[in-house]
Amino acid sequence: MIKTIHLTVNGRAVELGVDQRESLTDTLRNRLGLTSVKKGCEAGECGACTVLLDGKSVNSCIYLSVWADGHSILTVEGLTKENGELHPIQQAFVEEAAIQCGFCTPGLVMTGVEIANSGKTYTREELRELISGHLCRCTGYENILNALERVVGRKENGTL
Amino acid sequence: MGIGKEVKKIDAVQKVNGTAKFVEDMLPQGALHAKILHSTIANGLVKSIDCTEAWKVPGVQAIITCFDVPQTEYATAGHPLSLDPNHEDVKDRLILSRRVRFYGDEIAAVAATDPLSARKAVERIRVQYEEYAPLLTPEAAIGAQPLNPAYPTNELARLDFSIEGSEVTWGKASFATGARIAGRQDLVADHFYVPAVHGAHIETNGCFAYMDGPKMVVVTSNQVPFTARRNIANALEMPLGQVRVIKPYMGGGFGNKQDTLYEPIAALLCKKLGGKCVSLIMTREETFVCSRTRHAMDIFTSLEVDGEGRMKKRAIRINANGGAYAAHGHAITAYAVTNYFQTYAAEDVQIGESSTAYTNLPSAAALRGYGIPQLAFAMESQMDDLAVKLGMDPIALRRLNMMQNGFLDPFDHFVVKSCGLGDCVDKGEAAVNWSAKRAEYDAFNKTSKKIKKGLGMAIFSYKTGVYPLQIENAACRIILNEDGTAQIQVGATDLGQGSDTVFTQIASEILTIPEERLFLLSFQDTDHTPYDAGAYASRQTYVSGGAVKKAALLMKEKLLERAASIHGRQAGELTLRDGWIVEEKSGEPLASIAGVAAYMQYCNDHVLHTEHLTAEATYTCMSNTFAFGACFADVEVDVPLGKVKINRIVNVHDSGTILNPQLARAQVHGGIAMGVGYALGEQLLYDPNTGRMRNDNLLDYKIPTSMDVPPMETHFVETYEPTGPFGNKALGEPPLIPQAPAIRNAVLHATGVSIRSLPMSPQNLVAAFIEAGLINEDE
Repeated sequence: MIKTIHLTVNGRAVELGVDQRESLTDTLRNRLGLTSVKKGCEAGECGACTVLLDGKSVNSCIYLSVWADGHSILTVEGLTKENGELHPIQQAFVEEAAIQCGFCTPGLVMTGVEIANSGKTYTREELRELISGHLCRCTGYENILNALERVVGRKENGTL
Repeated sequence: MGIGKEVKKIDAVQKVNGTAKFVEDMLPQGALHAKILHSTIANGLVKSIDCTEAWKVPGVQAIITCFDVPQTEYATAGHPLSLDPNHEDVKDRLILSRRVRFYGDEIAAVAATDPLSARKAVERIRVQYEEYAPLLTPEAAIGAQPLNPAYPTNELARLDFSIEGSEVTWGKASFATGARIAGRQDLVADHFYVPAVHGAHIETNGCFAYMDGPKMVVVTSNQVPFTARRNIANALEMPLGQVRVIKPYMGGGFGNKQDTLYEPIAALLCKKLGGKCVSLIMTREETFVCSRTRHAMDIFTSLEVDGEGRMKKRAIRINANGGAYAAHGHAITAYAVTNYFQTYAAEDVQIGESSTAYTNLPSAAALRGYGIPQLAFAMESQMDDLAVKLGMDPIALRRLNMMQNGFLDPFDHFVVKSCGLGDCVDKGEAAVNWSAKRAEYDAFNKTSKKIKKGLGMAIFSYKTGVYPLQIENAACRIILNEDGTAQIQVGATDLGQGSDTVFTQIASEILTIPEERLFLLSFQDTDHTPYDAGAYASRQTYVSGGAVKKAALLMKEKLLERAASIHGRQAGELTLRDGWIVEEKSGEPLASIAGVAAYMQYCNDHVLHTEHLTAEATYTCMSNTFAFGACFADVEVDVPLGKVKINRIVNVHDSGTILNPQLARAQVHGGIAMGVGYALGEQLLYDPNTGRMRNDNLLDYKIPTSMDVPPMETHFVETYEPTGPFGNKALGEPPLIPQAPAIRNAVLHATGVSIRSLPMSPQNLVAAFIEAGLINEDE
């Protein structure tokens, strides 16, 4: 059955008719063309489909679109500024060579943005835990952690 | 910038802002969705298929079954065409299979307006089978009922030999599982076992096909577009030129996207539907079961040394489980068995035996390391076991016997001209403070019963490309624009490793045009891009890099000649500097590259023949070389829990000249993570009664997360390889080879227990520790 939902996607109010069974991943990809939201497993295991829902990261592949009614969604497309300038998390990914095949990247960037938005700083061990919902097979996470540390890192002794 | 610089990946921005398009991101509106009916038996014959109910599902557009497909068997391996019939890939695949060979075999396919309808229809197809007992291991399969009538014993191939000096004598042994190699009393072997594992790239395999007039266009996540085109054309019985393959950005592959998988199914459905676009994106579960795995291998090794530790006799037997379809045939097992005599050589006796069997498991084929991670686990475990037995330091034993510069490869007959293996060992040894740390842990382990500490290491050698077994060639085209920017087209594929960036650096190095003014086309398209055999064998910078270098040099020559002719100078006096043609000695600028390009293309002086400056070259690589490396692992073993914590891991690589240090380190990081997964946890599990895969998803098949990988240290020993375009050699696959044996040897140092199989998961280690008496079950 088709249900009408209202939500804000990347700052824009949208009204959509969605199948009640539809995942938020499919809605974002197929109805709004937001293909940065990747499908790696469609079972909430790999994190490639991560988007921010009211600022919190969710696996959009196991989140029904009807649940998003009335909420605000942010994807990597929504980070792009008019002048093309990258978000500090994105810039750090580029600088630290935290990107290889790039398939897990948009999801990890969104979790990075969530972490950055917390306004806090984190140790490397804390960052490992915070991104552990994302699978990456190319980088060994090393440069992803380096990138995150650039923006939100804190040494064990509390210094930046 | 140029080579040796930390140039940022040319595709980094589009990947970080989500605009990079992968296969599924390019699906046209209105594309049909296909789903596969997989067999629910591992071995048997489809007697009948009833699609009556499936056709009733609204939205179904086409159904094809194993009774409808062309009966020409085709190869799936991503190898270049071999004109030698002895090296041709085995043709054993039909688009859909009536003769079921593994649990999950493709027997019918449905195309519908949406994925759900296609899936519903698949579920309504009724199949009757004639069922045979699943043959899941080489022991069970060899000599049993044949899976492929062309191979009546189920043994796909063998490679048996002995080596004297650098002379190989080929023999023919028969399949054996006993401890004595070649039946000899003096060659008693230890048995190692490594299970099948999966590449688990995050983008699943997927493709879509549509027709553009008579042309069949297939967009696919495939590492070898030109070979995929040939396999698809063969499967569909179409002329090669009528098939066009496009490879967009690729979400990892690791060799698992080297084979042709579902492209022919999508193309056949498309053809049946008059050219409508049909997509076939594999689910994660299908990717596990129906793509390719790393071979499970039983490896038997026998090694004898003299009183000083010098190798006298060296023998190995590998029995590989090839799975349902030949895919790469025996190539991977052959790579492994020969490498045993390359990394080390013995003086008196050297005997190798190897077999690849057809079984009723998912097909095994290329996966990063191509047989060498399996071999290295057995070979390097054996080294440390022997060191313990001899009371020798494991590094000292290796130093006495490992490959040196000048080594003549007995199989491929090339001489090693760059060997940094010794330096890799030295560097790693110093980095981990080997002797002092080993002594410290020995002392610690004397009193600590539950927690044990160990330091282990392992080495490897790995070839670069596949010359002379197969042709090694690649082409590149450089197109100069009138403002001095240029487009670069290569047939080589970047699947994340960064080859497109390094190719751009190579062109920049020679043309002195900065990278940001060079635009390499990352989408390969067999109708546009020049030929390349594709991404495998860690050949990209060595072979395809050679093509870029050759094309760039050709472009340079043209620029100097045209500038000389315009300005009345001799080309030999000129060179390129910072985007300008200059007089070589004085540095006097003559003309900018942009100026020459614009003049040649647009000068309307009614005399000059205009010319759009392009350069295209095919590089034929007539050489091979070894990359080397070592891994050092510092571990803590919680004996009662069977849990290994890696405190520190250090990889040292000799990959010749490093063309982009930052990307090279990144490549090593990824390899370490994959190697740690192979060592400690990954294993495909199969139901022994049915052959059905038990862990075909990322929840049950554990690849390392950020919590599971240790802090990583990477070092390079930069040798200069004279046959490489800039002194460089393989780096793609080598990084994941040595972790499993290094960690295993660290566990040996920590506990004294000689582990002989992977993975070293807690349950497997606890079992081994109980057997060794380290854990008292009554406690």
